[in-house]
Amino acid sequence: MAITRREFVRGGVAAFTVSFAAPAFLSDLARAQGRSRQNLVVLYLSGGNDSLSMLIPYNDPDYRSRRPTIAIPAANALQIGSDRSGVALGLHPRLTGLRTIFNAGRLAFIQRTGYANSSRSHFEGTDIWSTADPRVPQGNGWLGRYLDTLPSPIDPLTGWSTAGTIPRTLQANRVGVPSIPTIQGYAFASPNTGTEVQYARDSATRIASHLPDDQPHLAFVNSSSQAALATLDRVAQVGTYTSSVTYPNNGFGQALRMIAGAMVKGVGTKVFWVQTGGYDTHAAQNPNQANGSYTTLMATLNDGVLAFYSDLLNQGLLNDTLVLQFSEFGRRINENGSQGTDHGAASVMMAIGGGVRGGIYGTAPNLRGTPDNPTLENSGNDVRYETDFRAVYAKVIDSWLGGDSVSILGANFRAGAPAIF
Amino acid sequence: MPAGSPTMQQRRDPVERERVRHGEHVIEHLLRRAGFGAGQDEIDDYLELGFAAAVQQLLNYERVPDDVDQLIGSPGYVAVTARGQFLPRTVINDSRQRWLFRMIHSRRPLQEKMALFWHNHFATAYTKIAGALGAEEGARYMAAKPTEDPNQVRGQIELFRQYAVGNFRDLLLAVAKDTAMLVWLDGRTNIKGRPQENFARELMELFTMGVDTFAETDVYAGARVFTGWNLARPSNAYYTFSYVAAQHDTTAKEFTFPIYSNGSKVIPARSADAGMQDGVDLINAVAGHPATGPRLARKLYQYFISEVSDPDAGLIASLANTYYRSGFEMKPVLQQLFTSPQFVAAQNRYARYSWPAEFVARSIKEIGWVGFSVNDALGPMANMGQQLFEPPDVAGWDLAANWFSSGAMLTRMNFASQLATNQRFNLRDIARGGRSSPDALVSLMLDRLTAAPFAREPYQALLDYARAGTAWTGSDAQLLVKAAGLAHLIVGSGDYQLV
Repeated sequence: MAITRREFVRGGVAAFTVSFAAPAFLSDLARAQGRSRQNLVVLYLSGGNDSLSMLIPYNDPDYRSRRPTIAIPAANALQIGSDRSGVALGLHPRLTGLRTIFNAGRLAFIQRTGYANSSRSHFEGTDIWSTADPRVPQGNGWLGRYLDTLPSPIDPLTGWSTAGTIPRTLQANRVGVPSIPTIQGYAFASPNTGTEVQYARDSATRIASHLPDDQPHLAFVNSSSQAALATLDRVAQVGTYTSSVTYPNNGFGQALRMIAGAMVKGVGTKVFWVQTGGYDTHAAQNPNQANGSYTTLMATLNDGVLAFYSDLLNQGLLNDTLVLQFSEFGRRINENGSQGTDHGAASVMMAIGGGVRGGIYGTAPNLRGTPDNPTLENSGNDVRYETDFRAVYAKVIDSWLGGDSVSILGANFRAGAPAIF
Repeated sequence: MPAGSPTMQQRRDPVERERVRHGEHVIEHLLRRAGFGAGQDEIDDYLELGFAAAVQQLLNYERVPDDVDQLIGSPGYVAVTARGQFLPRTVINDSRQRWLFRMIHSRRPLQEKMALFWHNHFATAYTKIAGALGAEEGARYMAAKPTEDPNQVRGQIELFRQYAVGNFRDLLLAVAKDTAMLVWLDGRTNIKGRPQENFARELMELFTMGVDTFAETDVYAGARVFTGWNLARPSNAYYTFSYVAAQHDTTAKEFTFPIYSNGSKVIPARSADAGMQDGVDLINAVAGHPATGPRLARKLYQYFISEVSDPDAGLIASLANTYYRSGFEMKPVLQQLFTSPQFVAAQNRYARYSWPAEFVARSIKEIGWVGFSVNDALGPMANMGQQLFEPPDVAGWDLAANWFSSGAMLTRMNFASQLATNQRFNLRDIARGGRSSPDALVSLMLDRLTAAPFAREPYQALLDYARAGTAWTGSDAQLLVKAAGLAHLIVGSGDYQLV
């Protein structure tokens, strides 16, 4: 039995065969794989997004009464219409860029996404969204399993994490996705100059190619060096990218700029990961103040996504790109004593791209806090899911990535999928 | 068959054979695990003591003077870089530099190693404290020493040093009252009628019992237990823990697990004035919960013994037993761990993935430091995935193989290059002992850098590097190039990342 790369990462090792492919210098390999140039950018809002402050049912009387200090007044919400149940919805006032994208018909909100018996733990919740398996949230990620279906050999740059680590979502058996948070650091350095640099690189490459079966932990570390050495020349090309717009000078904005550069330079990546944190807003959310913490989160999100959208539009790549946003859970409906919100259940997903049929999908919760309210759970304290998040994944796998969602997700979730394409 | 052992038995590499013959390998192993590695002088000192006495010296460090901070800025030690004054009490980058300095030069290495363990266990990030209280106050509550603070503020890392090998229950109680923690998990805003769940949840899920050992209702009850555990600001001079009786929820709290030794699961209703006892009762209960001892034992096993094989069930049970029997004391647990047969077993050598802090401190100790500033390690460490005082979330860093994304590994390789470049003259001087041949130089560098034994092919790759280019003369000019080049390749190798 071959225990593979990522099972090894999470599961520990007793017996293990190095079965992941050695990375090769194959410049157009990744792009040849899959069925097209289509990219997926997974956008993770880390900490549990209070989506009731992002997509606001501003006319619901319980919204205001249950959030006496943090409710956003109807007059301040950026109105975007009503959902099919007739609930009027508005965006957080700082999301003017997202409203522009929505008005262009390229942004879909999918309300009340989640799953039954939602975990309130950040770590378990993130694992569930990453593996698409609420029962046993272990092992590889849903996109890792997708990457594993691509023909061999799989180019390491097929995936690209802009975070400093590899998220579980991208953990795969047959390929070790690189994490490349910045281009500048992703280069070979040497204490010497001239031919010595090449001698050193040759030697480092040979040392990294030692993948002993009887020392899987050493094989794993060496495989990460190997993936770096095999990809750094292509990644360096991205450093020459000149964007058509100015991105915000923060980590999120610069990560999106790098992704646009990788797309324009055609390095072959199909799946990108980008994240932005701070969403665990237990205290002082202050969504109504310009410098309040939730407003700052919305500013970072809005300004980064708008720059990315505009850049891709200018580069003619918007139709090849899908941004899919999620967070590990939504938050409690009642605000707590600290003008914040505790861990809750269902939340909102967003899909953005040239191929997206924009609009408001699903129905908003009714926030009346009674135990018999079918749109809520936990005695009326949290939002209950309506659309299984795996149905959204199924739609993305089948209709965007050209994969087979039934085999990748282990069951058929197509029936409940929103028609976002 | 556990990973690693065939290579250990064959010992292809002559340098390794020599080290084993002298018992150096066990001392080096001990110092990599209970500390941050060692230069040759330190290895010699501990070799003289022998393994058993070395363990005692590392554990009973109270006998060793805590004078390391006075050495900062002295010649002969790694440098720090100050912007104006060096202010580790109020400038977080200076706090980081001071901690790295201590990892490299402290004569109480286990104290620093356990402080790092607790920092990951009770993972608190500076940014949130600074966001709430301001940058200088943020650094203060993370890193100030009471002796240097006008109000004797004890920063969180000093708490971890104080209780490094101390009583875990006492540490939990101190953490529950720690200013940085009260900001980090929002305890400062936890008041009756509006309970704040953040601390109570992580107390059970992360600090003690672990996920799936409690119910959501326990979180709600736990939040009410800690209502009124807030902050005060005497004379507007500093923030400190304050039990605000008027904000405490005095009603009874029911849990799904026993709180008291008689099996009762209910913390009784108490008057507001007596209500602080609720939190003490809950902390006693979670420290003594049957899941806590084994969970701590597993974390310590992975930190000190092995991350590549499943923890030995017998040893875990035995360590947990020691934990409960001693009344939650960590020193006897660690004593038992370091003297266990598993600690020195051949298959557990080089069976951990070094944390970036371990990698950086060890490489500086082994390559050399004169003229190098720890400030130049801070950026690389962030890119390796570990910025001190800034864990990614309350669960701490993703450990073991998770450190080794390709980007993080490349950063380690490039740090090896940066350090070797900085230390090239020092390395050349060391390398003169190996000038007779490329083989002699490779052997000397491997010995100096205490890497895991290199297998034949990677060893050959090092040798070919040493031979490449102009014919071997062993001149100083050649050593200047090749010693730095080899240090870069060895410290940047996969083998060196394992400790």
